[in-house]
Amino acid sequence: MDYERIKEKLSILADAAKYDVSCSSSGSKRKNTTNGLGDSSGMGICHSYTEDGRCVSLLKILLTNHCIFDCAYCVTRKSNEVKRAAFKVQEVVDLTIHFYRRNYIEGLFLSSGIFKDADYTMERLIQVAKKLRLEENFNGYIHLKSIPGGSDELMREAGLYADRLSVNIEIPTKSGLKLLAPDKKHEDFMKPMEKVKNEIIQYKQESRLIKSTPKYAPAGQSTQMIIGASGESDRDIMYSANFFYKKYNMKRVYYSGYVPVAEDPRLPALNSQVPLLRENRLYQTDWLLRFYGFDIRELLNEQHLNLDLEVDPKLSWALRNRHLFPVNINRVEKQLLLRIPGIGLKSVNKILQARKFRKLNWEHLKNIGIAMNRAKHFITCDSREFEVKEPSSEYLKNVILKTSSGKFRKEIGTQLSLF
Amino acid sequence: MEQQAVLTYDGTLEGFLCCVFTAYEEKLKVVDVKPPGAQPGQQLFSESKEVITEPEKAKRVWRSMKKKASPAGLRDLKWAFLSEISGMEMHMFSMIRYILAENVPVDRDFSHPAVLKVAQAAKKVGREKHRMEAFVRFRLTKEQVYFAAIEPDFNVLPLIKSHFKNRYADQKWIIYDLKRNFGIAWDLSEINYITLDLDPAIGISGSPEAFFHTSEIAFQQLWDQYFTSTNIKSRANSKLHVQHLPKRYWKYLTEKNLQK
Repeated sequence: MDYERIKEKLSILADAAKYDVSCSSSGSKRKNTTNGLGDSSGMGICHSYTEDGRCVSLLKILLTNHCIFDCAYCVTRKSNEVKRAAFKVQEVVDLTIHFYRRNYIEGLFLSSGIFKDADYTMERLIQVAKKLRLEENFNGYIHLKSIPGGSDELMREAGLYADRLSVNIEIPTKSGLKLLAPDKKHEDFMKPMEKVKNEIIQYKQESRLIKSTPKYAPAGQSTQMIIGASGESDRDIMYSANFFYKKYNMKRVYYSGYVPVAEDPRLPALNSQVPLLRENRLYQTDWLLRFYGFDIRELLNEQHLNLDLEVDPKLSWALRNRHLFPVNINRVEKQLLLRIPGIGLKSVNKILQARKFRKLNWEHLKNIGIAMNRAKHFITCDSREFEVKEPSSEYLKNVILKTSSGKFRKEIGTQLSLF
Repeated sequence: MEQQAVLTYDGTLEGFLCCVFTAYEEKLKVVDVKPPGAQPGQQLFSESKEVITEPEKAKRVWRSMKKKASPAGLRDLKWAFLSEISGMEMHMFSMIRYILAENVPVDRDFSHPAVLKVAQAAKKVGREKHRMEAFVRFRLTKEQVYFAAIEPDFNVLPLIKSHFKNRYADQKWIIYDLKRNFGIAWDLSEINYITLDLDPAIGISGSPEAFFHTSEIAFQQLWDQYFTSTNIKSRANSKLHVQHLPKRYWKYLTEKNLQK
C-alpha cells in the first residue's frame, strides 16, 4: 500500500464527501453470525466528532470527484477548478477494513461523482460493497449512494450488499432544481427511490415466509435537502420531507444548511453564513412529525410559512393553541402529554411510569428532568401553586425567553437586527 | 432501641446481595453497607458486621427480586453497582427493600428517591459503557494482537465485552483497564479476564516501535488525515465538539494525539 498516495486521495475525497450529513449507522440487523468482522445489529456509535460538532461514525468518502454534471451548489461540479482524484476499488476496501479493525468507524459511506454515466458509476460502488461482504466477510455498516438515473437492476443489487441506500434530492422544489441543476431531472431522483421502496416492501413480505431471504437494505433509505440555497420557505422544505416520509417510507430526511462553495448569481454569496439555527428548527420539526404525533399542517401552513427562529416549534405551536392548556400532568393522555413544551419523549415515558404510583408534584417533575421554565406555563400538577395567570402569548413568549438560555441566542440577536 | 448495623462485604455484587440476605434474616436496621477499604463511619450507636459471601444466599435474593422487578430495574441495579460510587449500596439497599415490600412491581417508580438515584447511576454507567465502545482505539502490536488501554470512570469492562466479541470475532484483541489493573482478552475462541505486567511506555495512544506493528503508524496518520478533511471549517462549533467529545476522553483518540 502506498500510504502517501492514499493519504492524498483521502484528503481530496473525504473533503468532497463531507457535505453529505448523514452519518447514521443504526437500524440495520446485520449480525456477525459468520465469525467474520463486524456487527451492525446494535445501535449506532459515533466514534469521534469533528470540530464542527458532527458525529464521525462512518468512513465517508467519494469513490471519485470527477463528475459530468454541473450542479451549481456542488463543490465537485464539472466547472469548478478543484484537484480531482479517484480511489481504486481495492483501496476503499482496505481502508475500510483497517479502520474498522481499529474501532475508528462503524462502516463505510460511499458516494461518488458521476463519471461516464449513472450505471457505470453505480456498478463501481456496488463492486466495493460486494467485495467487502463476500471477500472480507465484513458485517459492518455500508451506506451506498444511489446514483440518480441508475437502473432498476443495479438498485436491486446494491440493496443486497448495502444496509442503507440514499439519493439526495438536494433542492426541495422542482423549480429550484431546474434552476440550479439543469442537467438533472426530477424523475431521475424518484426512480431509484421508488425501486428501493418496492424492494424493501417485497423483502419484508418474503422474509416473513422464507427466513433465509437475503437482506435488502435493512436500514432503509434516506435523502437530504440543502437549506437556504434556492430561497424556499420552511413550509416548502417540510412538506417535501413529509412527502418523502409518507410516499417512500424514508427512514430519515436530512437537512443541510447550505455552505457556500461557489460564486454564482443564483446562490447566496460566498461569505454568507451557514443557516445553522434554521437547520436546527427544521430538525426539531422533523422530530415532532416522526415521534410526537404532530401533523405537518399544524406546524406550517398558509399562515405560517416559516418556523419561529426564537423559540422551538413545539413551544411556538403551544403559544398558538393556548385553549388546549393548561393540562393536568397526572391525568392528561399520552398524546397531549407529548405536546407540552419542555417535555421530551423520555420525560413523557418517565411521567407515565411514575404517575401510576402517586400524584406528581413540581418537585417530582423537576427530578424527572423536564424543562420547567417552559413547561410550567402549560401544566398543573399535584400542588396548589401553579401559574394561574393567563398572560397573552406574546408576553408569555418573552417571559420564557428571558428565563432560558439557548445555544443560538446570540445569533438570534444578530439575525433579528437585520430586519 | 433497635440495634443499628453497618455491614461490610467483599466488594462483589454477590457479597452485596448477601448483605441484603443477612439484613432480612437477622432483622437488622441497616444504616450503611460498605465495601472493603471504605472509610470507617462515625456511627456512634451502630454495630459493625462483616458479611461472608455465600453464592447460594445471593442467588436467593436475586431470585426473589426477579419475581418482583422488571428486567430494566434489575439491569439498573447491576449497572449502578458497577458505578462504584461511594454510598450507592445504601440506595440499592433501599430500592431492594422497597421492591420486596410492595406487591406490585415498583422498580420503575422514579418518584421514589432510591429508585431514581439507582436509575441515574445506571444511566451514568450506561453512558460510560457506550463511550468506551466508541472511543476505544485498537493498535496493532508486533504479535498481531489489537491492543487498547483504557481508564474508564466506572468498571465497565464486564459490560462491553460481548459488544467487542460480536464485532471482532476474527482478530485477537485485548482491552486493558489501567485504573483497575485487569483486562479482557479475546483469543479467537473465548474471552478471558487477564492481568498483565504492562510497560508504561506502551501508553494509551501513539505507536512506539518497540511494541507496535510497522504499519500501525501509517493507519493512524491516514485516520488523522480523514478526521481533518471531513471537518467543515465554516461550521466550526468547538462548544458542541467538546460537549460530544469531553476532554477527558481525548487521551484515547488517535486523531487528538498524533505527533505531527
